[in-house]
Amino acid sequence: MLKLLGEYLLLMYETFKKPDKWSVFKRQLMIEFIGLGVDSFGIVAIISVFSGAIVAIQTAYNIDSPLIPLTMVGFTTRQMMILEFSPTIISLILAGKAGSRIASEIGTMRVTQQIDALRVMGVNPANYLILPKITASMLFNPVLIIFSIVLGISGGWFACIITNLVTSADYIEGIQGWFEPFTVTYAIIKTLVFALIISSVSGFLGYTLEGGSVEVGRASTKAVVYSSILIIFFDLILTQMLLV
Amino acid sequence: MIEVNNISKSFNNKLVLNNIRTVFEKGKTNLIIGQSGSGKTVLMKCCIGLEMPETGVINFDSRPFSTFSEKKKTDIRKEMGVLFQGGALFDSFNVEQNVMFPLNMFTDKSMEEKHDRVNFCLKRVNLENVNKLFPSELSGGMMKRVAIARAISNNPSYLFCDEPNSGLDPKTAEVIDALISEITEEYNITTVVNTHDMNSVLQIGQKISFLYQGQLWWEGDKTSILETDNPELQDFVFSTELTRRLKKN
Ligand SMILES: Nc1ncnc2c1ncn2[C@@H]1O[C@H](COP(=O)(O)OP(=O)(O)OP(=O)(O)O)[C@@H](O)[C@H]1O
Ligand SMILES: [Mg+2]
Repeated sequence: MLKLLGEYLLLMYETFKKPDKWSVFKRQLMIEFIGLGVDSFGIVAIISVFSGAIVAIQTAYNIDSPLIPLTMVGFTTRQMMILEFSPTIISLILAGKAGSRIASEIGTMRVTQQIDALRVMGVNPANYLILPKITASMLFNPVLIIFSIVLGISGGWFACIITNLVTSADYIEGIQGWFEPFTVTYAIIKTLVFALIISSVSGFLGYTLEGGSVEVGRASTKAVVYSSILIIFFDLILTQMLLV
Repeated sequence: MIEVNNISKSFNNKLVLNNIRTVFEKGKTNLIIGQSGSGKTVLMKCCIGLEMPETGVINFDSRPFSTFSEKKKTDIRKEMGVLFQGGALFDSFNVEQNVMFPLNMFTDKSMEEKHDRVNFCLKRVNLENVNKLFPSELSGGMMKRVAIARAISNNPSYLFCDEPNSGLDPKTAEVIDALISEITEEYNITTVVNTHDMNSVLQIGQKISFLYQGQLWWEGDKTSILETDNPELQDFVFSTELTRRLKKN
């Protein structure tokens, strides 16, 4: 376990170096923006809209006391999306999508000696392969999370209108009430940490893999499992640190 | 010229290279031959710095490469071309991007110059009109040739090829061998080729080092190898029907 951590830190030390050539780094970064970021809009959109809708409906059904105003529905949906749902659940989904992609891509390059080829050409493979992925995830995941928050809240509004549980005016009043801008900062900080976890852990597992195609499959499964566990773990820590 | 001085390497306490001492000469095709498991690949990996030898030193034109830090190795690596056994082409790049990669990474050539160089290298390995194909769309022989083109695109002074013609038909294998040996003489490169193919040995072996169970057992050239009285080498050389018939005549 400690050995693993040491290896991970060493690899990160290699990764976070100045790229050999900026023009090459920029090109790799654009590729990763598309592969890791843009391609995830679809799944993030679907999951966010439905989850926002579900949270809104659940909250509405659970308010049976006339003392609690129906504006609570909008408020709760907004808080849920910003505080927990978008940063954490969407990051978990991205751990599945991006994590397995990163680990299997880099792992395949390892078993087919493409990483050795880079090294003997005089390229720093960790820096060349992993840094663009980390950078792309950390720049793009916050965009995805904001997108998810907006869609989730809209999903809730949509659900309220369709089911006639809450009026549009109440919902909109709710989502505007008691708004603390720090909650958004908090969501973004969490997202950044989770993005770093997903991309670096998956990159590490692919990069240090030994063996053949069986190991590639195993590494990509491990990437999802490890990043998910770490995300939940750091969620707890960050919540303690930032909100208490 | 590459000097290999008393190199030893073991894995899990098993000695795989035992005190190897040899010289790979400039402008020549230097062959490392030996049975499967004799240590050819490990020796080559020590030369290019993918494995660290436990004893000894490897000099590239009197620069002690094997003692350099990873960072300092980079400078010499920019002068190396390596052809891996499986080609190791970057599969997210097409042929042109693969061959251009070392140029993008280490030169400040203009796009036009880089294109010219890529086309020149591809032509040199007899590949034309495949620039936009991806590695998965190539045959084994084509992949090998693209890998050679990539290895020579940045004008290396040292060329390493691990079994360049394994898995190829005899005709294509011969073309690849001829190509390597031509390039070597044309650009005065120090070329090291691993092989266990007697055809290549007889075709291009200007300097041959025979490894036997991790030891350097014999050295010579393609003429003297047929007259050897070393039993292990004889065993290796005359292990095919073809070479046995050759001996009878
Ligand atoms: N990374 C490693 N870990 C442990 N043992 C290794 C490793 N690499 C090579 N060996 C061992 O070293 C010996 C020599 O292997 P090497 O790959 O150099 O053989 P070779 O001469 O290239 O054979 P072939 O012609 O089949 O490619 C083998 O016994 C192999 O098991
Ligand atoms: Mg080998």
